[in-house]
Amino acid sequence: MTATPAPPPAAGPASPQTSPAIRVRGLTKRYGSILALDGLDLDVPAGSIFGLLGPNGAGKTTTIRILTGLAAASAGTASVAGVEVGLDRPDLHRRIGYLDQDPRFYSWMQGRELLELTGRLDGVGGADLRAGVDAMLERVGLAEAARRRIGGYSGGMRQRLGIAQALLHEPAIVFLDEPVSSLDPEGRRDLLELIARLRGETTVVLSTHVLADVERICDRVAILDRGRLVSESPLEELLAGHARPIFRLLPEPDQDAAVQDLVRGLGAAEWCSDVTTGVGGEILVTVRHAAAASDRILPLVVGAGVRLASFERARPTLEEVFLELVGPPRPEDLDGRGFVRAREVGD
Amino acid sequence: MAGVGILLRKELLEQWRTLRLPLVAVVFGLIGLSSPLLARFTAEIVKAVAGDQFPLNLPPPTVADSVDQLAKNLNQLGALIAILIAASAVAPEKERGTAALILVRPVSRAGFLLAKLIALGVTFAVALVLAFAGWWFYTLVLFEALPIGGVVAAAVLDWLFLMAWVSLTFLASTLTRSTLAAAGLGVTALIVVGLLSIAPPLAAWLPIGLVSVARGLALGLELSDPWKPILGTVVLIAAAVALAWLSFRRQEL
Repeated sequence: MTATPAPPPAAGPASPQTSPAIRVRGLTKRYGSILALDGLDLDVPAGSIFGLLGPNGAGKTTTIRILTGLAAASAGTASVAGVEVGLDRPDLHRRIGYLDQDPRFYSWMQGRELLELTGRLDGVGGADLRAGVDAMLERVGLAEAARRRIGGYSGGMRQRLGIAQALLHEPAIVFLDEPVSSLDPEGRRDLLELIARLRGETTVVLSTHVLADVERICDRVAILDRGRLVSESPLEELLAGHARPIFRLLPEPDQDAAVQDLVRGLGAAEWCSDVTTGVGGEILVTVRHAAAASDRILPLVVGAGVRLASFERARPTLEEVFLELVGPPRPEDLDGRGFVRAREVGD
Repeated sequence: MAGVGILLRKELLEQWRTLRLPLVAVVFGLIGLSSPLLARFTAEIVKAVAGDQFPLNLPPPTVADSVDQLAKNLNQLGALIAILIAASAVAPEKERGTAALILVRPVSRAGFLLAKLIALGVTFAVALVLAFAGWWFYTLVLFEALPIGGVVAAAVLDWLFLMAWVSLTFLASTLTRSTLAAAGLGVTALIVVGLLSIAPPLAAWLPIGLVSVARGLALGLELSDPWKPILGTVVLIAAAVALAWLSFRRQEL
C-alpha cells in the first residue's frame, strides 16, 4: 500500500437519474434546548466517496449516528440503501458498515477474534470469513498483531481494526467518522488509499476535519455549520465555484528584462486590476473578468517574449473555500472557553 | 432472533476470560463445601470457646442445619454476587461504546439482551451445580444422604431465586450507563423486595418464599402451596426482562 490514491473524478460518479444511496429530508435533532441538526437535506449518490465537513459541533457525528440507527431524529426522514432509518433496525444494519470516531472494542478479545465476531454477525461465515479476516488484517496492517489482546493496542491500531470491522463484510454503504484521526502519516496514506479503492463499488460517507484528505479522495462534499447545510456539491464544482479571478504565471529563469516588460504591459491593461510578483519570480495577475482576461494574458506573454514554466488560474484550496463558507466564529457564538456554542432552539 | 447464538458464545467467552464465571463458580463451590462443615461443627466450636464458665445447652446438629446454612449463605452472599455480576451486563457496554459496535450490525436489541441474560443464567447455573454438588457430598459425609431429586429441585429453585436479582439488576443496567448505579439500584431492589416480604400475604408470592420451598424439597418434606413463590418469581423475572427490552429498544447508543 504505497501508491498515492487516485485523484477523484471531475464530477460525482452517479448521474442525476441514479437513485441516491442515502436520502435525507428535513432531518432535525434536538438535545433538550440544543439544536444539533436543523432541517438537513442531503442526497448521497451511490458509489461516491462523500465528505462530510464542518467545524466541531456542526452536526457531522449526529448525522452519522442517525443514519446508522444509533440515534433517533427529532424530525425529518432519512433512508439508507432504501431502508428508512430508525433505532433497532437490523434490516438497515445489514447494508452498512460503521466506524466510530473513537472506536472501542472488547479489551479482552484478540484483534482476529473481534473481526470473526463482527463478520459472523454481519452474515459472513466459514471459509469466506477466515479468508476475509486474513485479507483484511493484511490490508490494514494488523496481521502481526492479530493474536494480541485489543487492550494492548495503540489508538492507531484500534482505528485500523475499526476500519477492518467496518469493511470486512463488504457493505453497500460505509460510514467513517474521523477514520484517520489517530493515524501516523504512513497509516493515513494507506487508509486513504484503501478508501479510495472503494470508489464505484461502495458508498462511503466520510466525516473529517482534515480537508486535505477530503481533497485527495472525495467526489462530493457537504459542509455543515451549526447543524445546517452550508454547501453540497461535487468537489470540483465547489472549488471551481469559488475560483478567484487570479492567474498565476511562472516565467522560466534569466528573463528579467522581458518579465519587467510583461509586468508593465499587464499593469496597463484595462481588464487587469493588480499585478504582483512573488517568490521565485511568480507573477500574480488579478483581473476584473476572469473569462475575458484568460484570452488576453497569453498574447501579452508572447508579445513580451517571455517563456513560461507554468500558467494557471489560481484555484482555492478546500480549506480556503471551507473558511469562506463557514467563516470565523462570531464572538457571540463562543462560549466562555472559546469553543463554538451549540445552537439552541429558537436561535 | 438472528445472531443470538453468536452473541451467546461471545458472552460466555467474556464471562470466562474476565474471570467472572470462574470466580463465581469458586465462591459458590466454597459456600457449598463450607455450609455442612459450619452446620456440623459450629456448636462444638461455640462450646469450646465458651468453656465451662458458660455452659451452653445446644441441640446436636442435624441435616436440617446443613440445609439452612446453605440457604442462608446463598441467599445473602449469592444474591449480592448476582447483583454485582448483572450490574456490569449492559451499562458498561453503553458507556464504552461496545454496544454500538454490536448493534450497528443486523442483530436485534432483544437478541443482544437475551444473549447476555442467558449467559448470566448459565454462569449461575454452573456455580449452583458446584455449590450443591459439594454441599450434598459433605452433607452425606457429615450427616446423612439427602434425596437427589429433592436436592436438584432445590437447586433449580435457588437458581430461580438468584435470577430474580439478576433480572432486576439487569433492568437497572439497561436503564443507566453506570455499573455502580446499576448495582446500587439492584441492592435497592433487594432491600425493597425484602421489606415487602415482611407482609405475609405478599411474602408467599415473592422470591424469598422460594427459600422455604427449596428447604422442604431438599429435606423431602410435604409442601403446601409451593407454586405461589415460583409463579411470583417467574412473573417478576419476566416483567423485569420485558421492561429492560422496552427501555433498551428506545435508547440512543
